[in-house]
Amino acid sequence: MDTTATIPHPPRSRAMQWPGPRSAPILLLAPFLVLFACFLIVPLAYALVLSLFRDTLAGGTSFSGLQNYIDVLGDTNFWSGIAHMALFGLFQVPVMLALALAIAIMLDRGTIWFRNAFRLAFFVPYAVPSVVATLIWGYLYGPSFGPFTQAAHALGIPAPDFLSSHWMLASLANVVTWEYVGYNMIILYSALQAVPAELSEAAVMDGASPWQIALRVKVPSIRGAIVLTLIFSVIGTLQLFNEPQLLHAISPSVIGDHYTPNVYAYALAFTDQQYNYSAAVSFVLGAVIAVISYLFMLGTREGGTS
Amino acid sequence: MTYVGLRPGSAAYGRSRRLGTLLLVVPLAYTMLPLVYLLIASTKTQSDLFETFGFAFGHSNALWQNIRTVFTFQDGIFGRWLLNTALYSGVSAVGATALCSAAGYAFSRYRFRGRGVLFAIVLGAVMIPQTALTIPIFLLLSKVGMVDTPLAVILPSLVFPLGVYLMRVYVDQAVPADLLDAARLDGAGEFRVFATIAFPLITPAAVTVLLLSFVATWNNYFLPLVMLSTPSLYPATVGLASWYSTASAGGGSQALFPLVMTGSLVAILPVLLAFLGLQRFWRGGLASGGVK
Repeated sequence: MDTTATIPHPPRSRAMQWPGPRSAPILLLAPFLVLFACFLIVPLAYALVLSLFRDTLAGGTSFSGLQNYIDVLGDTNFWSGIAHMALFGLFQVPVMLALALAIAIMLDRGTIWFRNAFRLAFFVPYAVPSVVATLIWGYLYGPSFGPFTQAAHALGIPAPDFLSSHWMLASLANVVTWEYVGYNMIILYSALQAVPAELSEAAVMDGASPWQIALRVKVPSIRGAIVLTLIFSVIGTLQLFNEPQLLHAISPSVIGDHYTPNVYAYALAFTDQQYNYSAAVSFVLGAVIAVISYLFMLGTREGGTS
Repeated sequence: MTYVGLRPGSAAYGRSRRLGTLLLVVPLAYTMLPLVYLLIASTKTQSDLFETFGFAFGHSNALWQNIRTVFTFQDGIFGRWLLNTALYSGVSAVGATALCSAAGYAFSRYRFRGRGVLFAIVLGAVMIPQTALTIPIFLLLSKVGMVDTPLAVILPSLVFPLGVYLMRVYVDQAVPADLLDAARLDGAGEFRVFATIAFPLITPAAVTVLLLSFVATWNNYFLPLVMLSTPSLYPATVGLASWYSTASAGGGSQALFPLVMTGSLVAILPVLLAFLGLQRFWRGGLASGGVK
């Protein structure tokens, strides 16, 4: 395909027009599709090929079929990463979405002051890069000059160790919640605002209280938006990388090189140079994500027909 | 929408309003806490950081001195990082928006063979984890000697499948086919119809895609971390992370902690201001993503 779709001048006469209705869509799509192929399809195919080979002691690579995948499925490092993510997702995602929904409902009800200022303020963390968010929270958690530790010392009570293995997952969950609660709130709030006013008015006629309207009328009618935020959050959870990778710097003994599946894939590729095995880990992770997304969509679709 | 249950002006309405506002103050405090901390920490010297309470100001205001240090440390490399970030995000956002607009328009307004399959593939790509692609892209680019160049960060960022989806949905609603046909009858060529008739109508969606892709590249960490090894090519995220690791590993005599804090503050300010100024565009974009 030719990407250079430059034309000197649009011809005036209709007979000479180029491109015609037949070639125009191809030319309009070409630039996107070429890059899409180069940076999405080809890398994906290349990773698939890589995952079917393995390094030999002699320095080359040899075809090994599905051996890498069999190894991944029996790899305790991989599964401990998945277990971390599952535990993380089971708590963080519901808590974050419940908080986002609660804020969205309060903003939508309208009986508050400074509604627009609130809405804007809650969205601010989305504009903060996750790197910056993580390092601020890292300092807040920190034992050397973190304010929580300082306050505990001042009060003479034992300081909470947010970066210990006991608390690390919760600390990470808090950073991610802080980053994305406003983003999810905006999606839910926009959906709530789009619920037809007649529905609420009819409920008022029937004597429903404001909270009944919110929970029984409005929330059920934004199911689609809730499912969307749920799927995005679950996918985001399984891809977790930035936050644990950065907190590794201040807590290397707690966050090892296989804390999450993505951290593991990164370490395999760039610390151990095991590109082939790393590709297999990424593919199994991608398969897990695809299966979970599919199950979610299937579950919600069946729920919708009932 | 005004809330219909209570009459404005009634005592119950006022009570409800006070309660509602009070309830929101708690999550607001949570949202603002780290940012307030960052702001205060940026005004402290390293010794004040360790010796005074985190949410109180230090003995002296070291903000200007910290900012000066941020921009002079390591021969002023931080300024380079900010410029790199602006360059990578700006070029990626403009490029991605142009590509998404053209592709979304083509998917919406033309019938051609393979359209459905092609669009399904593009849409399916939204689900592919970026991290799974980054490592093979790195290996491929290293074969052609392109790693550790700005293009290694910009080119993958140009592919923004979600933008194609958003543009297509928007074109479906906002560009009447009759209008395009009328322009064709008047003798305008296909590209001209797109550029002069359709594009002005889809500008709001294009601005949304521009903002979303800009923020995605601005915030990106994994891709530049993998692609770049020369510090002078780093964007601000990777640069700050490298300072952070050095500071945490015990940068010793160097006062690195205020540097990381102040650098973070300087790095997030432009995007924060842009967000506050352009809020009606990103709100529209998120809403259109939410109701699909």
